[in-house]
Amino acid sequence: MSESRITGAAGRGIPVRGDDIDTDRIIPARFLRCVSFEGLGEHAFEDDRKNFSDGIHSFDREEFQGASILVVNDNFGCGSSREHAPQSLMRWGITGIIGVSFAEIFFGNCVANGVPCLTLDSSQVDEIQGMIEGDPGCQLELDVENRSVHAGENTYPAGLPDGVQRAFLEGLWDSATLLLDASAAIDEVNARILPLQEQS
Amino acid sequence: MGKNLLQKAWEQHTVRELPTGQTQLFIGLHLIHEVTSPQAFEELRVRGLDVRYPARTFATVDHIVPTHSQERPFVDTLAEEMMVAIETNCREFGVQLFGLDDDRQGIVHVVGPEQGLTQPGMTIACGDSHTSTHGAFGAIAFGIGTSQVRDVLCSQCLAMDPLKVRRIEVTGSLAPGVYAKDVILAIIRELGVKGGTGFAYEYSGEAISSMSMEERMSICNMSIEGGARVGYVNPDETTYEYIRGRPFAPSEEDWEDAVKYWESFASDEDAEFDDEISLDGSALGPNVTWGINPGQSVQVDGQLPTVSELPEGERASASEALEFMEFEQGAPIAGTGIDVAFIGSCTNGRISDLREAAKVALGRKVSPGVKALVVPGSRLVSEQAESEGLHEVFMEAGFEWRKAGCSMCLAMNPDKLKGRELSASSSNRNFKGRQGSPLGRTLLMSPVMVAAAAIAGEVVDAREMLGD
Ligand code: SF4
Repeated sequence: MSESRITGAAGRGIPVRGDDIDTDRIIPARFLRCVSFEGLGEHAFEDDRKNFSDGIHSFDREEFQGASILVVNDNFGCGSSREHAPQSLMRWGITGIIGVSFAEIFFGNCVANGVPCLTLDSSQVDEIQGMIEGDPGCQLELDVENRSVHAGENTYPAGLPDGVQRAFLEGLWDSATLLLDASAAIDEVNARILPLQEQS
Repeated sequence: MGKNLLQKAWEQHTVRELPTGQTQLFIGLHLIHEVTSPQAFEELRVRGLDVRYPARTFATVDHIVPTHSQERPFVDTLAEEMMVAIETNCREFGVQLFGLDDDRQGIVHVVGPEQGLTQPGMTIACGDSHTSTHGAFGAIAFGIGTSQVRDVLCSQCLAMDPLKVRRIEVTGSLAPGVYAKDVILAIIRELGVKGGTGFAYEYSGEAISSMSMEERMSICNMSIEGGARVGYVNPDETTYEYIRGRPFAPSEEDWEDAVKYWESFASDEDAEFDDEISLDGSALGPNVTWGINPGQSVQVDGQLPTVSELPEGERASASEALEFMEFEQGAPIAGTGIDVAFIGSCTNGRISDLREAAKVALGRKVSPGVKALVVPGSRLVSEQAESEGLHEVFMEAGFEWRKAGCSMCLAMNPDKLKGRELSASSSNRNFKGRQGSPLGRTLLMSPVMVAAAAIAGEVVDAREMLGD
């Protein structure tokens, strides 16, 4: 299904400011009452957007429509394991994320869906957020190969774990295919650990 | 140099090193529920794959089930559709389901241990972040996303990055009226909500080793709230005694060998850790959260922070929290009026939680105007509580006695906050909107503290009601 190499993502940026933005905020639980991920895009940040006290939430601002690179702060995606969170962002149109740090399960979910998440220092993220707020047309580029972010005239060295970089560059991020390759070795481990049996 | 439990269990379950440099890790037990599994089964169908070892996957239903009436079909047609999906998927792929027609149904993290499925040295995964709960047994247990649920279903494996281990020692013994929940809230306050990123937490020390399995589960459960995907306690006699005789425990014939096998996973005396911290358990009091993440808490006799006195990195989030909660900085937390009291969830919906809370409810009345719910974590917990008469204690005091499920821990079933309601909750997350109303507010605390708040109509020190 997804045997493709991912070398980066590029497009206009959209800032969502704040630390510790959890997955309940990215996609509120009531939208998890579904058996497919379709249609989640329009509900991304729904409650935050309705109750935004500081003007209009970026996801509703005219100038950020069609943007594809999300720029966030620290510990983004903490909380629940719901893959509905990256799925809703992807379906809204996000193809790559820049942040100070990401919660582990959220990050893994993004990798599994081919969405690169690159990390920068807090001051660099602030700078980029300011840049795209001032000039929403400004192009951002995530470079997986060189582990860097280009924003306007600037290039920032960025963080991405080695394994994830390789998975993207070699098209190995579709983990199911990769894992199934080792069929005999899987059976061996299954045989050496205790089986689960119900006592009669 | 010795090894810690994580290293040992990791080695035992390693299939190979992947070309990406990650580890292909075998998963001994896979638990699934109705919310994060339907898309995974759908992918199996699209790719023409089977469930590789159906006997290692168990399913239950918890998040969307109503706790009032569990009659089918559900009024909520979306919820009903999800029920039908998990029933169909389990039937088609040969997975055992503890559904609504089964006495073993309940919250996934209550059911696994209860059935004896959760065992030391195991690797356990579930499409739910509170899977860390199972670490109480000395298992390496962690939450995964739906794509990974698909991976485990079809290959019984995951592609994993290595984890570091931080040993958290809790010394001394807890004072009366102080519970596991207070310990984990203190740990998260100390280390922060992202302090555990990249780490597994090993909980040790006298306060932990003298805890029951249920208390250890409450601690491990909230590891993820501190950013640690995995939290565990080394297995000991308390662990083995809990497992013995449960439906999926090893038979008496195999018992000695099983215990030997389990013991071999415990961290060696001279094991190395990537980090170690220590906390004085005897100094802790009951804790209550005041903000919008589980790290924002104070002791019940303490005050909310003054923003300017906080470290710079915490100020923005504290201001945001105070504004959302409509709390005054520097005010005492005790005396904060509540509208709703919720006892339940995978953190604190077990029998010992209900027994403790009932001590406070006995012979008292819920404050007029407070809506109070007790929601057992599983049907077996519910049956046990009823056989002890706890349901009557609660109902006489004015609590509603509900059926097993996640209930008001999250907003996926009819139990929800309304408007700006403020809830005292024994659950694990106080995020904005978590309990169903986008503007609803949550104070996390132990079940005993929730019961006391229900009766007083405001946050109080439950120790005043516990007597001796
Ligand atoms: S009780 Fe709450 S935290 Fe636990 S599994 Fe259910 S929804 Fe998740």
